[in-house]
This record gives sequence, structure tokens and C-alpha cells, in this order.
Amino acid sequence: MDNVRRPQPLLQVEGLHASVDGKEILRGIDLTVNAGEVHAIMGPNGSGKSTLAQVLAGRESFSVTAGGARFLGHDLLSLAPEERAREGLVLGFQYPVEIPGVSNVYLLKAAVNAVRRHRGLAELDAMEFLKLIREKMQLVEMPDELLYRSVNEGFSGGEKKRNEILQMALLEPRLAILDETDSGLDIDALQVVAEGINALRGPGRAIVLVTHYQRLLGYVQPDFVHVLAHGRIVKSGGKELALELERRGYGWLEEAPAAPAREAEARAR
Amino acid sequence: MAQPATKLDELVGREYPHGFVTEVETDTVPRGLDEDVIRLISRKKDEPAFMLEWRLAAFRAWQKMAEPHWAHLRIAPIDYQDIIYYSAPKQRGEGPKSLDEVDPELLKTYEKLGVPLHERERLAGVAVDAVFDSVSVGTTFQAKLAEMGIVFGSFSEAVRKHPELVRRYLGSVVPYTDNFFAALNAAVFTDGSFCYIPPGVRCPMELSTYFRINAKETGQFERTLIIADEGAYVSYLEGCTAPMRDENQLHAAVVELVAHERAHIKYSTVQNWYPGDREGKGGIYNFVTKRGDCRGANSRISWTQVETGSAITWKYPSVLLRGDNAVGEFYSVALTNNWQQADTGTKMIHIGRNTRSTIVSKGISAGHGQNTYRGLSKVLKGAEGARSHSECDSLLLGDTSGAHTFPYIEVRNPTATVEHEASTSRIGEDQLFYCRQRGISPEDAVSMIVNGFCKDVLKELPMEFAVEAQKLLGVSLEGSVG
Repeated sequence: MDNVRRPQPLLQVEGLHASVDGKEILRGIDLTVNAGEVHAIMGPNGSGKSTLAQVLAGRESFSVTAGGARFLGHDLLSLAPEERAREGLVLGFQYPVEIPGVSNVYLLKAAVNAVRRHRGLAELDAMEFLKLIREKMQLVEMPDELLYRSVNEGFSGGEKKRNEILQMALLEPRLAILDETDSGLDIDALQVVAEGINALRGPGRAIVLVTHYQRLLGYVQPDFVHVLAHGRIVKSGGKELALELERRGYGWLEEAPAAPAREAEARAR
Repeated sequence: MAQPATKLDELVGREYPHGFVTEVETDTVPRGLDEDVIRLISRKKDEPAFMLEWRLAAFRAWQKMAEPHWAHLRIAPIDYQDIIYYSAPKQRGEGPKSLDEVDPELLKTYEKLGVPLHERERLAGVAVDAVFDSVSVGTTFQAKLAEMGIVFGSFSEAVRKHPELVRRYLGSVVPYTDNFFAALNAAVFTDGSFCYIPPGVRCPMELSTYFRINAKETGQFERTLIIADEGAYVSYLEGCTAPMRDENQLHAAVVELVAHERAHIKYSTVQNWYPGDREGKGGIYNFVTKRGDCRGANSRISWTQVETGSAITWKYPSVLLRGDNAVGEFYSVALTNNWQQADTGTKMIHIGRNTRSTIVSKGISAGHGQNTYRGLSKVLKGAEGARSHSECDSLLLGDTSGAHTFPYIEVRNPTATVEHEASTSRIGEDQLFYCRQRGISPEDAVSMIVNGFCKDVLKELPMEFAVEAQKLLGVSLEGSVG
């Protein structure tokens, strides 16, 4: 799409097919993401957006039946989820999971140190980590108190999503996949989260935003927009495509009834 | 496509790090049990006549009792005539007078288990009584404690040096008629720890006993008796390990606690007896009677247990709340993996007015493990204003393990408040995926989730032991996510 020759794409997905319980949800996805780019993946409910995010992140309840994906030259699909995260592919969850009794700061420190070990860096001790996290928390305006509560337990919708962005800021992934990070947010929370995402942007990093609405894209300008329907990318374009979708809806891009795929995706969650 | 398969139920299976055997010459009595064996044990221990009489009375009572079978457990038949009831490392001459004279092989054993018996080493804030098979091999910090009037050491020593205390309290909380295993223990018990804290004394260090089963085909029958006199405080810990053997070995202990007015006893257990192998072969039968008696007003007894070992754990550390305003607490983590079974819980008997009890039980089942919570909250007629609260949570890993909860509530006083809550959950694939997608290994993730689940109990353990217990929970689940 642009003329500059790039050394190697961060992520290259080719002909990816994936299914759950024998139901095919992804039916041949092709996608190339280069460092520095922000891609938005849009589409109606049940089109396979979240499935794509989860398959790329290593969720094992989906099976890949054809095609492949390379990440920084690795065969992505042969890596365990923790290896993908350590290599720099991190998923921001649509529904962040609660872990009772485990303090948020404990999980974050364990995660940061697991990634640092993998990268051959010294582990951070408690003081160093606290200094780092205080700095990153300002990005998402997160109150200190949330560090010491159990992971995501009793967090509001906005707090959960801010916590996801905080994790991105701490883990410094090469590719951040944000799955419906805008869902369930009021306008103030949306702005905070969007600012957090913008702060993550950089020449070495790519971001894939999975979203249903154009709303978030008003704050985070994507370089590319892809529309997913029935498990395929049916249209790609620049940021203006998102506005067109906002105006016209998804109907004009959908070719067949979406019901079976939607059911399957709902079950996969 | 070959996704790296990491299923939760594959995390089961582990190495038991304490499974070694120490080569020592032993002094054992012939296999089997009759009055002569009991006389022999009593003679070996040079006991006063009242002890032998008590043992024989217990034995006669035991002979009339039937083995109980009401627990939710599968137990292979036990042949009580095929057990060796006394086994002790052979002593040279008189036996060690101080720790310096203890057989170096034994010192090495405890060293290897992470319990050095040199007073200057790591466990400097903890006094340790080390029990090896049937006898106590040494007690640290005895002299220092004696300066404060605290008696701490082996039961045998207490019988010789403080017969009046032993005679007054022995069997006063758990009489030998209490149950089959308590009667057996009373007849044949060989050693254990004894502790007496005089009035108003706050014991300055943690007291602990480290139990080690070493010999083959023996049973371990120890008895612990702790008395906190008026206004005294003591925190006591016990740890347990055993070698890996294919046969099941019986461990039938009795623990009695007595808290007088305003006294507080905190009793913590980290039980890691050999659990058997992955197929369920071997392992310790841990059939224990533990009971505390809040005899005086405003007294308090707290049981905290982390049970990760044994093929079968069957015990209910209980509290008799006799004094007014007495407080009983029970905090428990029981983990069963592979083919382990646990039927554990507590009994809180409210007798005095305004007595309170708190029960927090966390059961974790992995592999084919079966975990049962069984608890009784009983309020007697005179227990005006009694309050009892219990909380039982079960966590399942994989789909072949089981969790069961049997709460019993009996209330005979209308002013009492008794509450019970229970929950069962499964470690979700999504919790695990969430942690892994943050770069955390599946083993660390499971350990983190399990430790989080047990947090309310672990925080009750003394600091050093909380760290040990956390590690133990991690090790015990090793291999349950592959």
C-alpha cells in the first residue's frame, strides 16, 4: 500500500482459517502489519474480529485449519501464548479476567519480569518496579489503589480497560492487539483510554484495534481500516473507510447471512 | 496445525523432594500389638506407673472399638497386627545430652529437609523439637526458654521431668475413649512435643516440631500437648515429611491444646507427608485427632493448616469454647493432587456465653484428587450470644477431581448467630490464558491463581512459614498444567 520498502513486516497473516467446535469462523484472512502502523479491524457482530485477535494471541480453544501467520519472522502459530507475549505480541482483552486474591501489582510485576527475563534484561526489584509503574499509571490516570486490589475484581468497566492499556505500556509490545477496548466505556473513559493508546504509538510498534464502532477511531487515527465479514476481510482502506461505515453501516459489505458464524463466535467466548 | 497443547489437567504430577531415606541403625519392637508390646514401649521410655496404666486402659478400650468408616474416603484395609509400633534410631550408651551429641546422620537429615538443628542457623527465631520416627532427637533453645519458665521439649522428657503436669492434662481434651485412632494413639504413642507456658508469659519465639517418618512399615503415633496458662501466649508450628515408599504408612497422632483464662494458642501445620506416586501407590495415612480446649474466659485458640501431603488426610482440628467470650478459629488449605484424598474440617463447640468461631476453608483438587470439607458448628443451650461464621471455598483443576462440602449446624440457643457460605469454582482456561498472554508461564500462573485463592488462610501463618507454604502449593501442583 505504500512505496517505501520495509525490511520485514511485523505480522504477516496468510490464508488463515480457524474454527471452534468444528464451526469455521475465519475463512481465509490475509493481513500484513508493519512497524509503526495502526490498523483498525471493523465488522459486524459475529464477523470473526475477536476470533482473529484470540487466534493471533494463542487461545487454544480455536483450531487453525489452514493458512499461517508469521510474527517477526517466527512461525507465530507454533508459539505458546506466553512465548508470543514475551516476543512482543500482547492482547488487550475485551473482557479482562478477574483473579481473586492476586493483587494487580503482583501480576503486573510477574508479567514484566517474565518478559524482561526473555529479553535478557535484569529483573526489576520491588522498588524499581514501583517507580516504573507509577510513571506508566499517569498515562491512563489510574488511581494507586487499583494496584493493590485483586486483578480486575470489582473494577469498573473503564478501570478494567485502563488496566489493559497500563499492561501494554508496561510490557512494551511490538504488536498490541486491542480487542474492543472501547466497548462499555463512557465518553470520559474513552478519551483516557484513547490517549493511552496514542501514547503507545511509535515507529517500532504496531497496533491492531478491533472495534465495532467508529467512535474510538475519532480519537485514535488508524492508518488502515479493514472490514471483516463472515470470516474474511471484505474491504480495506484508509481512515475514511471508517467514516463511510459509520454512515452506511455494514449491510452493503455483507454478502451472506451471518447467523451461523455469529452463533459460533458467541460460543467461543 | 500443531498448537502447543497446554491443558490445565496436564499440570498434575510432581516430584516429592523429601522422599529420601536416612541410613541409621534402629531399635525396633516386634511387629504387631498386644499388652506386652505396650509394656515394652513403656519400659523403653522408662515411664512412671500411671503412664503404663493409662496406656493399657486405652488399649483395652481400643480393642472394643470398631474402625470408623463414615468419612468420604476410600481406605485400603489396615492390618493393625502388621505394623511396627516403635522404631527409634539406636542410641550410643545414655543417649544425647545435648544437640552436640546427636548422631550426625540425623543432623544431616534435618539439614537436608531445611530444618537445621544448630541454634545459630537460619531458623534463629524458632525453637525446634525434631521427632524422628518414634522419638524426639533433639530440641533447640531449650535452655533459653527455661529461663522464662517455659517447658518445651519431647513428651518423654516431660513425662520424666514434669509428671505432675502431664498427669493433670494428658487426655483431658482428647480422652482415649474419644475415637478409634485416639485410643490406639494413647496405647502406643511414643513421643511428640510438650509445651507449657506459665501464667502471663508471652513465648518470645515460635515453637515448632518437625516430624519425620523414616523407618519402613512403622506407624508414627505422636502426641502433642500444649498448655497456655492464664494470660500466656504461644505460637506453635509443625512440619511433616516422609520417604517415598510403595506401602501405605499409618500416622495417627493426637494433639491436645489447653488455653486457660485470657491465654492465646496459635497452632500452625504445614503437612507434607509423602502423598503416594502418580498412580496412587504408597503414601501416608494421616489420621489425626486435634482438639483445643478454651477452658478459661476470654481465651483463644487458632488452628491454621496447610495440608498438601499424605495419601489420605482425615482430621478435624476442633475447639471446645467453654470459657465465656472464648474465640475459636480454623483456617485451612487442603490440596489433593493425583489420587490423594482429604476429608478435613473442624468442630466448633460453643459452650460459654458470647463465644465466637471463625472457619475459613479452602480446598483445591487436581488430578483425581478428592477433597471434602466436613465441619460442625454447634451451639449448646448455655451459649448465650454465640456467633459462628464459616466460609468454604473449593477450587477444581481439570475435570477428574472432586470437591465436597458437608456443613453440620446444631443450634440449641435462640440468641446465637450461625452463618455458612460455600462456593465451588474451577480455574478457568481464561484466567490461565490471561496470565500466559502477559508472558507468565502456565506453572507460575497456576501457582499464582492457587495462592490467590488461599490468601485468606496463608496470611494467618507466621511469615517464614507462609513463604514455605506458598512454595509448597506451587510444587504440589507442578505438572498439573503441561
